[in-house]
Amino acid sequence: MGFMDKLKTKFTQNKETKKVSEKYKEGMKKSRNTFSGKINDLIARYRKVDEDFFEELEEVLITADVGVMTVMDLIDELKMEVKRQNIKDTSEVKNVISEKLVEIYHGDDDEEIKTLNIQEEGLSVILVVGVNGVGKTTSIGKLANQLKQQGKKVVLAAGDTFRAGAIEQLEVWGERAGVDVIKHSAGSDPAAVVFDGIKAAKSRNADVLICDTAGRLQNKVNLMNELSKVKRVIEREIPGAPHEVLLVLDATTGQNALNQAKTFSEATDVTGIVLTKLDGTAKGGIVLAIRNELNIPVKYVGLGEKVDDLQQFDANAFVYGLFADMLEEEVEEE
Amino acid sequence: MAFEGLADRLQSTMKKITGKGKVSEQDVKEMTREVRLALLEADVNFKVVKDLIKRIKERAVGQEVMESLTPGQQVIKVVKEELTNLMGGEQSKIAVSDRPPTIIMMVGLQGAGKTTTTGKLANHLRKKHNRSPLLVACDVYRPAAINQLETLGQQLSMPVFSMGTEANPVDIATKAIEKAKEEHNDYVIIDTAGRLHVDTDLMDELQQIKENVKPDEIFLVVDAMTGQDAVNVAESFNEQLDITGVVLTKLDGDTRGGAALSIKAVTDKSIKFAGMGEKLDQLEPFHPERMASRILGMGDVLSLIEKAQANVDEKQAKELEEKMRTMSFTFDDFLEQMGQVRNMGPLDELINMIPGVNKMKGLKNAQIDEKQLSQVEAIIQSMTKKERQEPGIINASRKKRIAKGSGTTVSQVNRLLKQFNEMKKMMKQMTNMQKGKKGKGFNLPFM
Repeated sequence: MGFMDKLKTKFTQNKETKKVSEKYKEGMKKSRNTFSGKINDLIARYRKVDEDFFEELEEVLITADVGVMTVMDLIDELKMEVKRQNIKDTSEVKNVISEKLVEIYHGDDDEEIKTLNIQEEGLSVILVVGVNGVGKTTSIGKLANQLKQQGKKVVLAAGDTFRAGAIEQLEVWGERAGVDVIKHSAGSDPAAVVFDGIKAAKSRNADVLICDTAGRLQNKVNLMNELSKVKRVIEREIPGAPHEVLLVLDATTGQNALNQAKTFSEATDVTGIVLTKLDGTAKGGIVLAIRNELNIPVKYVGLGEKVDDLQQFDANAFVYGLFADMLEEEVEEE
Repeated sequence: MAFEGLADRLQSTMKKITGKGKVSEQDVKEMTREVRLALLEADVNFKVVKDLIKRIKERAVGQEVMESLTPGQQVIKVVKEELTNLMGGEQSKIAVSDRPPTIIMMVGLQGAGKTTTTGKLANHLRKKHNRSPLLVACDVYRPAAINQLETLGQQLSMPVFSMGTEANPVDIATKAIEKAKEEHNDYVIIDTAGRLHVDTDLMDELQQIKENVKPDEIFLVVDAMTGQDAVNVAESFNEQLDITGVVLTKLDGDTRGGAALSIKAVTDKSIKFAGMGEKLDQLEPFHPERMASRILGMGDVLSLIEKAQANVDEKQAKELEEKMRTMSFTFDDFLEQMGQVRNMGPLDELINMIPGVNKMKGLKNAQIDEKQLSQVEAIIQSMTKKERQEPGIINASRKKRIAKGSGTTVSQVNRLLKQFNEMKKMMKQMTNMQKGKKGKGFNLPFM
């Protein structure tokens, strides 16, 4: 169990990383309860690795919103692995399960954290998209705050001109973070707001411009076209921009999250995902599915309501958060 | 949509069985597996699926299916019946208190759509029940939430009660009731802040509001896209507040909406309304049977037919069919058709309700620009009566005049004429096809 061992040492012995992992552990308490807790429970109840065992394992994974396809693949792989290693006892299968899960979460990628693509010189533009009610504006507020603290000059563009109160909401966040908000009146053309945002950000020598957009369901073709237009305006004004297109996903969303990721990618070439509301209710299984089926990196996760609860996604810390109980149990056993 | 509907899934399983003459228990097992996967992909909760599958299996292994000539369809029928049963009857009634105002409390997770639904519900109460509601802004946490409700209030010209973000939500709610009594509002809709069902402090706050204002209805607002967790959310809100009904939002998306089934199964509270769009009049009564079809990926034919029926005069439709057959369809008829179809609502919405649309390449992302339709209308309206009857007579100078009159270009006029001719050809083919098939497939006048 090489990889998990490495994780364990890393997160229990190194002080710096321990702090990060604590945050994940805390934020994902409930995720963990449903995930590793259930797997542990399953292993305790079954002695033999048989069909029933696999069926229940399937259940645990599906209940965590891991995509149905992903789960089916995973179970098939596990069955093969169990056969190959000739595992009969459930306690032995545990390692195989966590290794396989980690493999998917982790991918072939060695890079642990996918940082935002912020240019050293000149203006970087971040476009934020997503369906209604996932937490786009809130995430932007938190992100602006963090970038400001890193010493960047940030400007926000209030591109959600549709929803009642959306501009005001962004303004409140702008005040809290102490950054400028470029806005038009409600109902105006979002592309025009973004255009003005770029002009303002340039003239104010800003480092980062974050563009908010109205939430839209991905099957509304005209609204998706509007989004493509916003992106085209950015492309035209600044070569190489937008440097990031962040898709905000609600972690409580089910299989539809895959549709969202797919369609928004088609319209705007999404470069990263912000997974919100991962604290408390969600299980984050959808991260697995998105990784497995779409291969878009998760860049940020929302682990709570506080400003610094928006964390850079650290695949290792996330995996550790999920399996913390399992790992610690093993430490005790040793 | 990423996944095929149940009907498609079963079809492939059925292929293996057809020709066998008899359906074995193994076959049924395979079919129920497909059903199970389809339900799980639709986000129906795992436990709910398990129970359902058990019941479906029992019925399927019984005579009902085994002896049927079309076991695949029979299975779908059984599944659909079970789903519809589980979701219960239609229930869009709202309580009326004998001592007004009637108080409705909106609760739910962040981003479910509570505030928007509050506005929609107020609009519904006024339009359908002739009531005058007071909206109450109790979300003091999310930035600009009060502002959002106030804007909605302005759009609807309805009063909104708020006390800023410093006040205690319990006080706001209590004072709002007094205000409603003074102003003779017969309904009070309280918009509360979104919260996680595991957040004990905020859940306590809701309980306090409940105790203080004694609401007649507590509606849980749930995002139709919610995954497996919908069960836990609904269960704990119900346990702590004893909700009286559910409003399912964002159903105009392409989610299957299995959450609906899960919620009904664990709380046994009926889903009363469905949010079908961003506009304030897009709140509709919830139809369990249609939801069952949708979860199974069978399209929302019923809604479509109903819409067509409500907007299309049957006599006109018959006349039209006759015209289609005899090829005497003119631009006048075309204009009339367009008017009827547009009365039914946004076209892309209609197209998505047709079963199998996901499989038709051209239609899947059919994008219908309403602006273009207006242009077409303008072009036709710029034609003389004779031109509309006999498009053949439209020559170059007539085209120029039509383009000028409609503010379009000659090439746009040309395009429409070409499309019209193609449509006529297609209609002929379609009517022939239908004759051959003995009226199979459905017969919507505008197709």
